[in-house]
Amino acid sequence: MQLIECPWCGPRDEIEFRYGGQAGIAYPADPAAVSDEEWAEYVFMRDNPRGWFHERWFHVHGCRTWFSIRRHTVTHEIERAPGASGPGEHSAARATGGPGARDAGDPR
Amino acid sequence: MRRESGGRIDRSRVLRFTFDGRELTGHPGDTLASALLACGVRIVGRSVGPGRPRGIFTAGVEEPNALVGVGDEPMVAATAVELRDGMRAWSLRGKGRLDPAAAAVDARHDKAYLHCDVLVVGGGPAGLAAALAAGGAGARVVLLDGGPEFGGDLLGGRTLLDGAPADEWISSVTAGLAAFPEVRLLPRTTAIGYHDHNYVVAVEERDANRAAGSGTRGSGGGTGDEGGHAGGGRRLWHFRAGQVVLATGAHERSVAFPGNDRPGVMLASAARTYVNRYGVLPGRRAVVFTCTDSGHEAARDLAAAGVEIAEIVDPRRDGAVVTGTLADGEGVLTGVVIGGREVVCDLLAVSGGWNPAVHLFSQSRGRLRFDDALQAFVPHVSAQAERSAGACRGEYGTAAAIADGLAAGARAAEAAGLPARWQDGTRENGASENGVRENGVRESGAPEDGVRSAGPAGNRERNPLRVPECDEPAQRSPAALWAVPGDGGGDGGDREAFVDLQRDVTVADLGRAAGTGMRSVEHVKRYTTAGTGADQGKTSGAVTAGVVAGLLGASPGQVGTTTFRPPYTPVAFGVLAGRDRGRLSDPVRVTAVHDRHVALGAVFENVGQWKRARHYPAGGESMERAVGRERRAARTGVAAMDASTLGKIEVGGRDAGEFLDRIYTNVFSALPVGSCRYGLMCGADGMVLDDGVTTRLAGDRYLMTTTTGNAATVLDWLEEWHQTEWPHLQVSFTSVTDHWAVVAVVGPAAGPVAEALVPGVDFGDFPFMTCRESGPARVFRISFSGELAYEINVPWWYGAALWEAALELGAVPYGTETMHVLRAEKGFAIVGQETDGTVTPQDLGMSWIVSRRKPDFVGRRSHTRPDTASPGRKRLVGLVPARSPEAGVPGTPDEPPGSGMPGESGTAGDGEERPTEGAQIVAAPGDRRMLGHVTSAYPGVALAMVRDAGPGDRLIAFDGREIPVTVVDPVFHDPGNTRRDGIPGEARPLPAAADPAVTEWWRPERAVSPLAAFAGRFAAAAGTPGVTIREIPFLRMREIRGEAPKEGLRLGPGWWLAVEDPQTGAGGTAHIGMSAPGTGTEDARPDGSPGEDGVDVSAQRTVVELAGPRVRDVLMTGCPIDLHPAVFGVGAHTQTLLARAQVVLHRAGPEVYRVFVRSSFAGYLAEWLLDALEGL
Repeated sequence: MQLIECPWCGPRDEIEFRYGGQAGIAYPADPAAVSDEEWAEYVFMRDNPRGWFHERWFHVHGCRTWFSIRRHTVTHEIERAPGASGPGEHSAARATGGPGARDAGDPR
Repeated sequence: MRRESGGRIDRSRVLRFTFDGRELTGHPGDTLASALLACGVRIVGRSVGPGRPRGIFTAGVEEPNALVGVGDEPMVAATAVELRDGMRAWSLRGKGRLDPAAAAVDARHDKAYLHCDVLVVGGGPAGLAAALAAGGAGARVVLLDGGPEFGGDLLGGRTLLDGAPADEWISSVTAGLAAFPEVRLLPRTTAIGYHDHNYVVAVEERDANRAAGSGTRGSGGGTGDEGGHAGGGRRLWHFRAGQVVLATGAHERSVAFPGNDRPGVMLASAARTYVNRYGVLPGRRAVVFTCTDSGHEAARDLAAAGVEIAEIVDPRRDGAVVTGTLADGEGVLTGVVIGGREVVCDLLAVSGGWNPAVHLFSQSRGRLRFDDALQAFVPHVSAQAERSAGACRGEYGTAAAIADGLAAGARAAEAAGLPARWQDGTRENGASENGVRENGVRESGAPEDGVRSAGPAGNRERNPLRVPECDEPAQRSPAALWAVPGDGGGDGGDREAFVDLQRDVTVADLGRAAGTGMRSVEHVKRYTTAGTGADQGKTSGAVTAGVVAGLLGASPGQVGTTTFRPPYTPVAFGVLAGRDRGRLSDPVRVTAVHDRHVALGAVFENVGQWKRARHYPAGGESMERAVGRERRAARTGVAAMDASTLGKIEVGGRDAGEFLDRIYTNVFSALPVGSCRYGLMCGADGMVLDDGVTTRLAGDRYLMTTTTGNAATVLDWLEEWHQTEWPHLQVSFTSVTDHWAVVAVVGPAAGPVAEALVPGVDFGDFPFMTCRESGPARVFRISFSGELAYEINVPWWYGAALWEAALELGAVPYGTETMHVLRAEKGFAIVGQETDGTVTPQDLGMSWIVSRRKPDFVGRRSHTRPDTASPGRKRLVGLVPARSPEAGVPGTPDEPPGSGMPGESGTAGDGEERPTEGAQIVAAPGDRRMLGHVTSAYPGVALAMVRDAGPGDRLIAFDGREIPVTVVDPVFHDPGNTRRDGIPGEARPLPAAADPAVTEWWRPERAVSPLAAFAGRFAAAAGTPGVTIREIPFLRMREIRGEAPKEGLRLGPGWWLAVEDPQTGAGGTAHIGMSAPGTGTEDARPDGSPGEDGVDVSAQRTVVELAGPRVRDVLMTGCPIDLHPAVFGVGAHTQTLLARAQVVLHRAGPEVYRVFVRSSFAGYLAEWLLDALEGL
């Protein structure tokens, strides 16, 4: 049972979360403009490293926040992902550096 | 044989027990093994393979021989079982058998979750010292030990500490620990698994601890029970520790020599323990065969107890070894052979060396190394925030263990963020050692500088945390002896030199493995089964490595160990299940109408966690007949279904329409207010993900419905796209699935019934696919059957009343099976039935719903991929039995398509061959190329996904039978949609006798809270000491996005639950007495905007309030978060899991906790809580 730190709720047991796969996979800005190969790459292809992995998690049974972490797939060590500086920000945008940061009190 | 005196047993009381039917006696303080030895029982079982007689070999959980049946338990180690009065035990022989007729074990097991700063595993000298040091630093400490008493090996020895029996030191330390409020002592608790992130799982003999008044100390101060808990109930603890100190000690090992398995051969430490701790003489005349100094200490203690020591054989002295054993006719030891010389004895005490118990360390992924001086595997590099102390890292001897434990405990507390105080201000400035998180790797075995030297010197008076003076001699290195070579011929030899006693693996077996070329100890293990017994090779693993190393000419360190895996000791499945059994085995969701369905005799089916009424057999009807009757009512009269389980999500905000346009394949931003539209959503891969009807309630508010099984998935999906791709869109999602109860009123005669149920709505102006609101009700004119239908939504509290009203007005209840038939006849696909994640909208024949005008929506690009655009894909078709050439012609309402509907025509079971769901479609009999499969099959109607087929084609459905079928259009019933607006003249008068007290469902007194049925049981539970439980029903609640409301619980970022104050609002019906439909809409927002008051979710959840000093003891059995008062203070609230159900937990007062649980889960949670109270 891994202990995953939600940027909002703090450390919680893995069972409170849903795994969201590799982070930093950007939705193509204009899907109609990409080739079939590029589109298939976006839809189907993900890294599967032995080692550190930048991945997304969803606190499904808690505050329902998407966020990303860096996790070692062998040792399960976890680091906060770059850009996720703490509560109040999401770092879940699939696109690295893409939109995703949002204030806690921001009325959506 | 029992000694006259001595030992930690209570001779004043006699416990009676039986072994293989023999009536025997023992005393409190005995294990089953010590009592058997005291009664002279030498043979306790026969080995699995050759059936050799075996005796008691150890005095602990590492026992490989003395596996016995006890009471309900088919196989336990007699050495680890406390003797109880009336215990019934028997020996095992050969392979075990499960007795399917065995009575269910009624022991009551449970689970608990506990967080701590420092978890100390093992209560010997090192563990006690570690707990004391950490506890003294103010850390939250849990100390656990498998035995009934703390003290570890000190209990089995005669060590003097500060010149006094070790007992005094143990007592003073345990008393000191008990005085720390944040230290929890758990005897009879064995850690079985060390998992990721310092998650340690342990099994507590909870009933035994409660009977003894120890362990399980509740937060309110538990009391020792008076034997009412002797049922063998255990608790599976889940510890999440900041730091772990492993003080698990070491297991003595044997030497592989011929005949080393005779009853009478015993580990030296075990013999010593039986003499000292249990006052039992395991023999009268002993030979001690020892490679260690501890063997000499055992000889000394045996002699002091009156055992004649015939000889001490120590290979380190003169190379002497025991080369064989002699036995009587039963195989019991009568003597040993020492290099051709025979020595008569009835006890052979063996010490081959010590194996540090590195099991948990290794499970934590720590790396081991082989220590040549110790001739043992010891911890090397830690992988987690953990440190080993004492014998489990090769620090043998009591003084060394205590010093090591003190240091480890202090370091652990410091690493957990607490200042170390134990050195009385002389704390060294060693770098903070925080395991892997800070340092990457850590040498677990590295000396902790400056700590040990702080030992006994100075401030003896001021510092209780010092190492007492100890009378033990220093220990020298053991002999590196793993096996005594057999003589190579005849009986005995290597073939009787046992390495693994439980698996009957001998030196000869290992030799054969090496001879086949195996070099890996893992291969040897699998080939020989060494180490695979219930003891997992605790006494044999190192011997295996040592012998294999000898065979390969390598060192044991090069051979290594096999992987240590949980559990450390065997665990009964029942313990793993805990309270999650029977009706609590999985969370169950029910609708507001559930009790009515039960009363109607409904047969239920599981849809996800929901219980849905499948059909309502009347008078012993078969399902087919019931479905026929229900179907006829829906097609010709009026029928009602509970559709409450459909997922319902309010989508609100300025960009709600834009968001839906991106998620659905069709357009929603242009949907007029008050209108409904069917929508299909796809994954990025273009495959159908879910479908449902979405209604525009206001300009910026939509109500989306989802399939029952996909409600959670869809909500996750919406939030994922919003948060991760389109955070700039102003939109929010609020689940209202449980807030609304839904009754679908269906059939050509549905109009008058719906009209009576929802006054205030102009049914004369109520077009298809529109919505009307009236009072607390929302009515949607949508149809999943092809008939005229109204789906009436009311808050949960009125759901049962609405259902009763519909039935009172003449509606016939129908269940999900009939629903499936009705929709299949209309060719409506069900997501998850017709689709399986490989089906596009186009495959379903639904290109019409895929917008070509929108620039993009999720999945659109995939629809032009070569694969998804290929013409050869499987598509949705209808199938009818091929023997009816006219089949496929839509049937009349009374006469369904295909063959007659069983149950109405009286031709049930007329022999029609219809394919079963999942049947394979092939082109011709005997063909193997699969064209598709049947996705739904009902009498006369089947849907299938088939490639290369069109209407009129004849195919074969193969499900073991070859059934000829004809492909038809999937719409069997009313393809012109002529019936959806009703059939003129079909409207029937309402029953004149309808009782207004029933039909006026909106009366305040008809409101029922989700837990109303539990009121009596909650009141009865007030007898539970320390906890009261009640429902606070009918609270007004709203979910609010954005700025914090004045009052409210924060659920997440910019997300609030505003809750009416129960003090001012509770108890009355003021907040439920909604105005009757038609007399004005409560909380009407003329513009329909979401406004500041958010979404009404009053009936989405109900509140269970638990109060009293022992509430935490209840919550900890099902809630994994840290509930310590310093962490979860008064006013704290969070969303988390309780009993595997999602809840909002709010600590409303020092001893008051409110659980906000979704209405559909409330009954399950109430049952779970009452069960927890029972087990307190």
